[in-house]
Amino acid sequence: MMKPEKKKMRFDLQIIASWIEPGSKVLDLGCGEGELLYFLKEDKQIEGTGIERVESKVARCIEKGLPVIQGDINEEIMDYQDNTFDYVILSQTLQQVYEPSKLIQALLRIGKRGIVSFPNFSHWRVRLQLLVTGYAPITKQLPYEWFDTPNIRVITLKDFRKFSKEVGFKIIKEVAINTQNQAKSGKIIKFLPTLFATYGIFLIG
Amino acid sequence: MSEYIEHDINNVTVGLVEKESYTFAEPPNEITLESGARLGPVTIAYETCGQLNDDRSNVVLICHALSGDSHVAGYYSEDDPKPGWWDIMVGPGKGIDTDKYFVVCSNILGSCIGSTGPCTYNPKTVEPYGLDFPVVTIGDMVKCQKALLDHLGIKKILSVIGGSIGGMQVLEWCVSYPEMVVSAIPLATTTRHSTMAIAFNEVARQAIMADPNWNNGDYYSGSKPDLGLAVARMIGHITYLSDESMRIKFGRRLQDKSDFSFNFDADFQVESYLRYQGAKFVDRFDANSFLYITKASDYYDLEKQHGNGSAVEAFYKARAKFLVISFTSDWLYPTYQSRAMVHAIKKNGLDVSFCEIEADWGHDAFLLPSESLTAMVKGFLERVNDETRKEEDAL
Repeated sequence: MMKPEKKKMRFDLQIIASWIEPGSKVLDLGCGEGELLYFLKEDKQIEGTGIERVESKVARCIEKGLPVIQGDINEEIMDYQDNTFDYVILSQTLQQVYEPSKLIQALLRIGKRGIVSFPNFSHWRVRLQLLVTGYAPITKQLPYEWFDTPNIRVITLKDFRKFSKEVGFKIIKEVAINTQNQAKSGKIIKFLPTLFATYGIFLIG
Repeated sequence: MSEYIEHDINNVTVGLVEKESYTFAEPPNEITLESGARLGPVTIAYETCGQLNDDRSNVVLICHALSGDSHVAGYYSEDDPKPGWWDIMVGPGKGIDTDKYFVVCSNILGSCIGSTGPCTYNPKTVEPYGLDFPVVTIGDMVKCQKALLDHLGIKKILSVIGGSIGGMQVLEWCVSYPEMVVSAIPLATTTRHSTMAIAFNEVARQAIMADPNWNNGDYYSGSKPDLGLAVARMIGHITYLSDESMRIKFGRRLQDKSDFSFNFDADFQVESYLRYQGAKFVDRFDANSFLYITKASDYYDLEKQHGNGSAVEAFYKARAKFLVISFTSDWLYPTYQSRAMVHAIKKNGLDVSFCEIEADWGHDAFLLPSESLTAMVKGFLERVNDETRKEEDAL
């Protein structure tokens, strides 16, 4: 079997991995080819499982020895009992979710903690593009035209904080980062994150 | 399932294998079947490949479907023209790697390829059983497989794998002997037949029973109900394919002619194909076995038998890690049935993986070469093997 390279993980996934306690039970919603789950299993001995929509990605996960279910996250999440997981991860998917509050509530029902990340729509390039060009912004993080984007929600770091109060969950930790779409490196943004961060990562509970 | 015995393109094979058999339940110690009937002696034909390891922890049990047999891989002799029915999956370095695992496959109870069934001799009458053979169930088949494994000194199954009716046996193993089953791969299967699947089986059975040669199942000393069995097989074949696969494979093309013959010969290629498949089948399969096995599959109802009508309750007893696979164009065992199974397994907090493979070839897809299927089976088995080793080391 082809053992995947585990060190070269996407920068945002590296941050998420650093928050997870060894030996935890983890569910990764929209787990892709299982990059994060595989790393966590090898390095932190977690018991992980994932849900992914795309057949070829599911197949890659199962080949790697990860338990993954092909399906829609909004439906699949409903089957789990309360507090089944220590962490439920929703990485770079929130912007594609039709009913975010319902999903977040389900996520916190089945998991003790949630980790949610998304591209920050208030990055200065986004703001500038709209201001200067008058067109809907297209960035490396959100690279689609308005008519073909799967990203049906635009979210900023501030929006998510406001959303947490409205839905009624706690933000335990948050990190703003600047990294390119699939980049393995990046940096944590402390100064004016709402302007300079390309992604936000939140630990919620 | 159809016969898709294919030679491995790289000529990798487990080599020569031998059919063996185990006889048990000699009177007065007959086995009691689910129906309450008693049966004995029972002979189960089986084959093994690979090496059983010292702690007997590397057993993979393969369950065959309707018309399969114990000959899962390898060849019977040097000049054997074709290998076992799942040679593409079972062998050295293959999806089910015989360098690592000890593979056991047995012919199901009620079949006609070495195990006790309606065509074998009834010790009471010294004639073939015919319809005196009791109706058997998937549970009875699994009970006999359990007796075989007991005989072989096997207490744990690393993985039980099978498609279609073989998949039903896989599920039955998981709930009947949960302490023995470490993992399970049910392929293209269901916890119970759809109405449509029962309907097709009934038409196939009627075709056999309408053949005058069938003679209420008592035909072993005369002409066999070949025409009926051939038609039954033709019906089966249609359900194993799909609209798409038939269109691609045959379209409306004519067989060896440029125009219609204006009679009832096989004009279309699909007619010729079905006639050929039907005729070929009667040489190797017993019509009564066809009746008994299709009936067993129609009776199978995991929910009713093990969960008071609830699939979630039925899987409550299971302990296995599951890999469930379905195929997009399989209309005999459609994906919604596999999904329902996965939901029930998941609701019990069990470890389950599920993938629906895109394939045009209908129900038969599970027997056809698929890199994706092979890689998933291989990866899943490696994982459960690793995890089992770690758990044992921890003890």
